[in-house]
Amino acid sequence: MAGNKERLFVKGNEAIAMGALAAGCRCFFGYPITPQNDIPEFMSKYLVEAGGQFVQAESEVAAANMLLGAGACGVRAMTSSSSPGLSLKQEAISYMAGSEIPAVIVNMNRGGPGLGDIGPSQGDYFQSTRGGGHGDYRLLVLAPSSAQEAYDMTFDAFDLAFASRNPVLILGDAIIGQMKEPITPREPKAVDPAEGGDWRLIGAPKSGPDKREHRIIKSLFLNDGELAGQNMKLQAKYEAWKKLAACETFEVNDAELVVVAYGSIGRIAKNAVRNLRAKGKKVGLLRPKTLYPFPEKALEKLAKAGKRFLTIEHNLGQMVEDVRLSVRHYADSELFCVYPGNMPSPDDFEAPILRALGRK
Amino acid sequence: MKRYIDVIMAGFGGQGVLLIGNLLAYAGMREKLNVTYIPVYGVEMRGGTANCTVVLSEEEIGSPIINTPKSLIIMNRPSLDKFQSRLADGGIQLVNSSLVEPELVEKGGRIRTVLVPANELADQVGNARAVNTVMLGAYVASTGMVKLETVEACLAAVMPAKIVPLNVTALRTGADYALKQLASMPAVKKPAKAAAPKQAKPAKSAAEKKN
Amino acid sequence: MSKANTTVAPSGEELVFTRPASLVDRPTHYCPGCHHGIAHRLVAELLDEMGVIENTIAVASIGCSVFLYNYIDADGVESPHGRAPAVATGVKRARPDKFVFTYQGDGDLASIGMAEIIHAANRGERISVVFINNTVYGMTGGQMAPTTLIGQKTTTCPAGRCLEREGAPIRMAEIIAHLGGTAFCARGSLDSVKNIRQAKKYMRQAFEVQAKGFGFGFVELLSGCPTNWRMTPVAANKRIADEMIPYFPLGVYRDVVADGTCGSMVAGGE
Repeated sequence: MAGNKERLFVKGNEAIAMGALAAGCRCFFGYPITPQNDIPEFMSKYLVEAGGQFVQAESEVAAANMLLGAGACGVRAMTSSSSPGLSLKQEAISYMAGSEIPAVIVNMNRGGPGLGDIGPSQGDYFQSTRGGGHGDYRLLVLAPSSAQEAYDMTFDAFDLAFASRNPVLILGDAIIGQMKEPITPREPKAVDPAEGGDWRLIGAPKSGPDKREHRIIKSLFLNDGELAGQNMKLQAKYEAWKKLAACETFEVNDAELVVVAYGSIGRIAKNAVRNLRAKGKKVGLLRPKTLYPFPEKALEKLAKAGKRFLTIEHNLGQMVEDVRLSVRHYADSELFCVYPGNMPSPDDFEAPILRALGRK
Repeated sequence: MKRYIDVIMAGFGGQGVLLIGNLLAYAGMREKLNVTYIPVYGVEMRGGTANCTVVLSEEEIGSPIINTPKSLIIMNRPSLDKFQSRLADGGIQLVNSSLVEPELVEKGGRIRTVLVPANELADQVGNARAVNTVMLGAYVASTGMVKLETVEACLAAVMPAKIVPLNVTALRTGADYALKQLASMPAVKKPAKAAAPKQAKPAKSAAEKKN
Repeated sequence: MSKANTTVAPSGEELVFTRPASLVDRPTHYCPGCHHGIAHRLVAELLDEMGVIENTIAVASIGCSVFLYNYIDADGVESPHGRAPAVATGVKRARPDKFVFTYQGDGDLASIGMAEIIHAANRGERISVVFINNTVYGMTGGQMAPTTLIGQKTTTCPAGRCLEREGAPIRMAEIIAHLGGTAFCARGSLDSVKNIRQAKKYMRQAFEVQAKGFGFGFVELLSGCPTNWRMTPVAANKRIADEMIPYFPLGVYRDVVADGTCGSMVAGGE
């Protein structure tokens, strides 16, 4: 299925699975939960046909720990789930961040809290961008808004994970996962068999040219100063990520008001902005593609240029905190929430955008 | 005016609604349009009804989910009950009159309706299961959004080759039937301004369990 | 103890006992009389004797034995509490040619990690599990474990474990033996020289079923925790013989090689 240059018409979930296969993913560990089931279903067939390993784990807890084990061996591996499942994976994700194990994790965000519903939601923004589990850590968080971006971001996520020895999270939602769109696949990546050679677990030769000390991958640091050192190292890593911040901007140059929205809401808000532009309204859009690192410099620049801001989210207001922090020296951001459980529509956004535009 | 249409297709599970949704999307791709397709999934699939939303547009598509669609394909009575009132003013619906009583169709000129006895037409074509492609043929002829030949050329992408010829006939049968009916139909009233959808209106039911 | 370690020193004295090559030369953090040291040595002797140390990935768990990776001279990874069989599954699936074992205590394996151990065994993961049963949470200070005997006093059942309130001690070897992917399952004890020799034989079999691709290998080792039992090491050994072995009988609970059923095993990875 993957590998030819023709446009394929696939669900976002399938695009993610195909992007992972093309990126050289060799192990997948999953557990059923709506709305991400297309990913494990795809992998159980195509990853196995490609000679990889697929395990339907006994729980999301176990799946995330299998991911930890495979990642510690320096093998490209991934798991996918949806919100309640991500809560269960947080233990292992914290260990992976603490012991610097690369992995790719997909969250097809559904409505919450609790069991919520199986519709789209952005309620996991805080969980995704603040670490999610115990301790001080961050994940690289990528937020696709189309099937093509879902493919491309997954394709790139493995490189990012290995380059930074850190889990990378793809944060979509039920719209991104279930929607079919055309995608153009990329050439499959030839993964360097020596990837992770200076840290991965592969057995410690006691003699010969590869002789080395045995390696330990761990997050327990009990000796004096050891844990502080590890935390400083992690912080330096997260600081260095700032250059990876990415966003799409649309009609911002002469805009008086910039709408900030990500993922499925980002594309729907773009519709509303385009409709309002057609009516001569000076509005624009900034859509973060990376949620961590957050595109704070791009936002600050717009704020310095005198723009005002409206954050639109499919939750009770989470990303708006990052927008406000980014623009705080020059501006503030208003907030419009679509409540999880309701379906967003471009028509719904035009009135709040006009209201925000009208307020000086 | 840029080319744009969105459609919700709805019917019983097994009527092939998702197949013709995909088929229309493939035809859109072939005519170089942007397309999105989104099915209902999970708990909404239970109870034997199925629906999907397809958007075709020359411009970049924002939302793949449409609260007030510009067109409908209604394959059975529960689908009419659920979606007819959501059809945008000035919109068009294709209704399978084999399974839906024509008197249930909204009168008064807010919307246009094309009644297609799709089960009977499918029987005439030679396969009762071709009811979905009969309806899509009628839809394509009624809206003119894509060419019927384009849809025919895409059949092989969504079904086995051996049943493609039968479905070509079904598409054309549905199209011919709809064109005759449209020719005898009075012109549509100028649509009133579409009412903004209310956010509070839930578009889908909540899940009780993860599944 | 092992014949492989019997050499003649340059001085002419016969060296009858030495540290296995796979055991790192450093003092352990274990308490006097603790049996982890013996179990670690048996693991290291087997890795030496089977010649797999350079090909081994050890999966440590949470509890006193979390520092296993400091003592076994193999590549090692740490797991969250109870998750070692899931981590080992990921390691083995990623590197099917490696020898992979977990080393877990009773709180880790039989309480918080019950789901992971049952399903790893049931899938027939080609991994080996060394399970230390000392009827108590050691590292956290002697709380009740799922294996704590009826009447045994711990810091969280100060009046003694009560069947009506806390349930019965869990017999893991009996449970694991009945799962579809288990190729070898036995219970040994580290309380006497005779039992230690027998325990090592069991461990060898639990390791070999993995190496030969037959399935999941499991060995439970009854062990002493004099500190948390508030006993001398000698009294602790006596307690194992008098109280633990009658409730946790020693022996082989499953052996597909002896049964002649190893060919029927189709579960698992590669």
